[in-house]
Amino acid sequence: MSHDGTMSRPDIERPESVYFFGTCLVDLFYPEAGMAGMELLKQQGVRVVFPQGQSCCGQPAYNSGYREEALKVARAQLDYFPGDWPIVVPSGSCAGMMSKHWPDLFKGEPDEARARQVASRVWELTQFLVQVLKVKFEDQGPPVKITWHASCHAQREMGVTDEPKALLRQLANVELVELQREKECCGFGGTFAVRHPEISAAMVGDKVADIENTGAKAVVSGDCGCLMNISGALEGGKKPVRGVHIAQFLKERTHG
Amino acid sequence: MGETSINFAKASSAALQDQQLRGNFRRAMDGLMSKRAVQFADTAEWNGVRALGASVRLRALSKLPELLEKLEANCTRNGIQVHWASTTDEANAIVLSIMQRVNAKLVVKGKSMVSEEMHLNAFLEKHGIESLESDLGEYIVQLDEAMPSHIIMPAIHMNTKQIAHLFKQKIKEAEYTEDVAQLTDLARRVLRKKFATADVGISGVNMAVAETGTLCLVENEGNGRMSTTVPPVHIAVMGLEKVVEKLEDVPPVISLLTRSATAQPITTYVNMISSPRKEGEKDGPNEIHLVILDNGRSGIYADEELRNTLRCIRCGACMNHCPVYTKVGGHAYQAPYPGPIGSILMPQVEGLEKRGELPHACTMCNACVEICPVKIPIVEIMGRLRSEAVHPGDAVRGAGSHASKAEAMVWKGWSMTYASPLAYQFATALLAKLGNAAPASLPLLKEWTNVRSKPRFANRTLHALAREKGIPDV
Amino acid sequence: MSESRNAILGKLRAGRDAHPLTPPESDFAVLRNKRWEGAERLERIRRMMEAVHTEFLETTEVDWPADVQAFLKAQGTRNLLFGPATEAGARLSSEWTEGGPELVPYADRVETFKERLFDGIDAGITTTLGAIADTGSLIVWPTPEEPRLMSLVPHMHLALLRADALYDTFWQAMTENRWADGMPTNALLISGPSKTADIEQTLAYGVHGPKRLVVVVIR
Repeated sequence: MSHDGTMSRPDIERPESVYFFGTCLVDLFYPEAGMAGMELLKQQGVRVVFPQGQSCCGQPAYNSGYREEALKVARAQLDYFPGDWPIVVPSGSCAGMMSKHWPDLFKGEPDEARARQVASRVWELTQFLVQVLKVKFEDQGPPVKITWHASCHAQREMGVTDEPKALLRQLANVELVELQREKECCGFGGTFAVRHPEISAAMVGDKVADIENTGAKAVVSGDCGCLMNISGALEGGKKPVRGVHIAQFLKERTHG
Repeated sequence: MGETSINFAKASSAALQDQQLRGNFRRAMDGLMSKRAVQFADTAEWNGVRALGASVRLRALSKLPELLEKLEANCTRNGIQVHWASTTDEANAIVLSIMQRVNAKLVVKGKSMVSEEMHLNAFLEKHGIESLESDLGEYIVQLDEAMPSHIIMPAIHMNTKQIAHLFKQKIKEAEYTEDVAQLTDLARRVLRKKFATADVGISGVNMAVAETGTLCLVENEGNGRMSTTVPPVHIAVMGLEKVVEKLEDVPPVISLLTRSATAQPITTYVNMISSPRKEGEKDGPNEIHLVILDNGRSGIYADEELRNTLRCIRCGACMNHCPVYTKVGGHAYQAPYPGPIGSILMPQVEGLEKRGELPHACTMCNACVEICPVKIPIVEIMGRLRSEAVHPGDAVRGAGSHASKAEAMVWKGWSMTYASPLAYQFATALLAKLGNAAPASLPLLKEWTNVRSKPRFANRTLHALAREKGIPDV
Repeated sequence: MSESRNAILGKLRAGRDAHPLTPPESDFAVLRNKRWEGAERLERIRRMMEAVHTEFLETTEVDWPADVQAFLKAQGTRNLLFGPATEAGARLSSEWTEGGPELVPYADRVETFKERLFDGIDAGITTTLGAIADTGSLIVWPTPEEPRLMSLVPHMHLALLRADALYDTFWQAMTENRWADGMPTNALLISGPSKTADIEQTLAYGVHGPKRLVVVVIR
């Protein structure tokens, strides 16, 4: 890890198998995005393992100040990723929690070394598709104009910057219009959205206005927290723009 | 939450209603962010100078007690009188006793955040001494009887029209004008008279150099130089963390400071003061006093993680880049230091009873961490303070003061469920079946659905879909 | 207040000793590597300072007093504050001709001179120790002969800059000249006329200090 906290992932060999860590939000609200993520990996000839014992990275409790509770949940994950394979996560936020914050969370604990070992194998999905699998997509869909919302933790904790847009730009019929404030937080922030609903509403309001200004039909993102917030606000404001996870969008475009 | 607790949510709610204010901040912060980016366009240079700046600050902290002693010794040798204050009350008393000794009636002030922390103006007024802010932004805010809303640009919450009205209303000789050059010239005329007649000048300190006993101040207006050169007595107030070891540590920190703060390669003036007027010199103050303030900082310093807060060079870039600050503005924080740095500093200085809500005024987006010129892990400290607020302990004043049995139970229940695959799968399957029946009026859901549709639970969880599709488990 | 002193230092020492801190090395290469060749330095200084409204007057060793006088006369400046005891001051006194702005020496302590200084002086002229290419800054060390307020209170500040006294960076200037061995009462970097952006981020020049800064480049 560099001193300012962002990760730079070392290049690794293309593995035969990967683990998929679905995340709790995807599990409950966006399982189709999780399935699409696994499909994309399988399309590239990689064996995907989904450990049924997994649940959550612990971030909700960690960010709320309940570190012991976060540790307990994080610890429960360690058993399910015993192989030496990369762990692919369809969320920059959960990936960031695991790779960046687990080492701190487990500091001084008997299983610290094990937690660090697991954390070191964590990849954000688009980063893995681009950097390790070097995917090339063939667009099968009709022309469409979209925009991209960059998740804060994907950018600033996992160092995911151009990868998702590089993937979207591989799609010949997709016109990607960038947001004016692509990197600005959408106002989700986990419990922030309900602790400070008015500020959160103002933030997502700005994000929605930015999205509308692009004239896009869909806003694509890599994090389900942001998506829940942004598509919730788009729907709540009856805006004709769809929010969609990048895994699902890529799968739709390339798999019929 | 204690009675004295500062209500950020309420204040921010009012700020959000004020479209004028929101517009002022949005425009200003957008401009500052893009201009700063130009200053640091060369990534290699940014990484290099940032690493150097962080190392300077960390080296200073690693030797903090020794450097403060050395600073004291060298200042004393140079003729600068050094005073130590554990609390703001003590610092105010020191300043007052100097004033009373020289029978001061009028004080001109350069910009100083520590003096804001001390509420020095109000204190001096109470003792019959006129204390006049001379930085234009601070002057405007003082005329308006308000607080600064930004540590670098105190009056950023106001637009020209508002300032024009304020000047017309509060300055005798003012004619109404919205011409910025004319407004500025008016302030020049009013304040020049004050500089010429003030008994004491007060300033802050951007950096104090232990090696040479030098006080460094950066500014654009010249009011800092006026305040520290014209009156016969100069009093500088500084937080004890502002010391650096060597003179050569100054250039990188100044470069980071001015580029981060206002996107200038350097400010108009870099003012380095090493002694009062010497024999034969024709101007400059006859006395210089340096007041070194603790006010909780030594407590912050004792904690390995929290002490990183003391790296701060007060550039304010974290404010400019904070999406929460940009929405609500500085006044919502009701603190001398608003924004991200304020949200971690104020709870440590004033205690979590009063300031425990501030670490939650953050989405943890890390925009501040990305641009902090001295690499303060602001968001990690934010998380740590959230934890301290709900767990009794002795690392931070007021630790545990926001503990709630109900909240603790929720997280305990959550962790038990999420740490057990059986319980987790049972609970999530149940939510998939019944979750959508929850009425939008439930607490939390109510706040969420104010501007958003209700989140929809999927019929089947990812776990269930993966099993159905035969995705291997091991 | 030595009680507070000892309490503060004691607390800091205890806190540090319980958790010592090992700082990373300070690598000044990023400053050391900032270099500009030959004429680039002055060009850069001029470009950067002009961007913040500084004016430049090009002249020579022989002509500068006459050129300064002509410049001020053209501006309608009534008088010029100068330090008579410096070498530059001696040149001004001896070469100043009748009919131009009045030369006013900064000869007395400010206590007896303040009223005139604040109310009756249009311009002040000082020497400099050089300029810095990186940031476009003049190095000014006031002295008993050239007091601190000369470059601050008059509405116009003229600064004499020798075209060969240029540095790449602030860091280079202070390390090469070993400033740390003895700092003056006051050392300044001046990078333009006084300015503010405190009213709605609109730049305005001449808020408290000089409204105009004129760099007199002597080749």
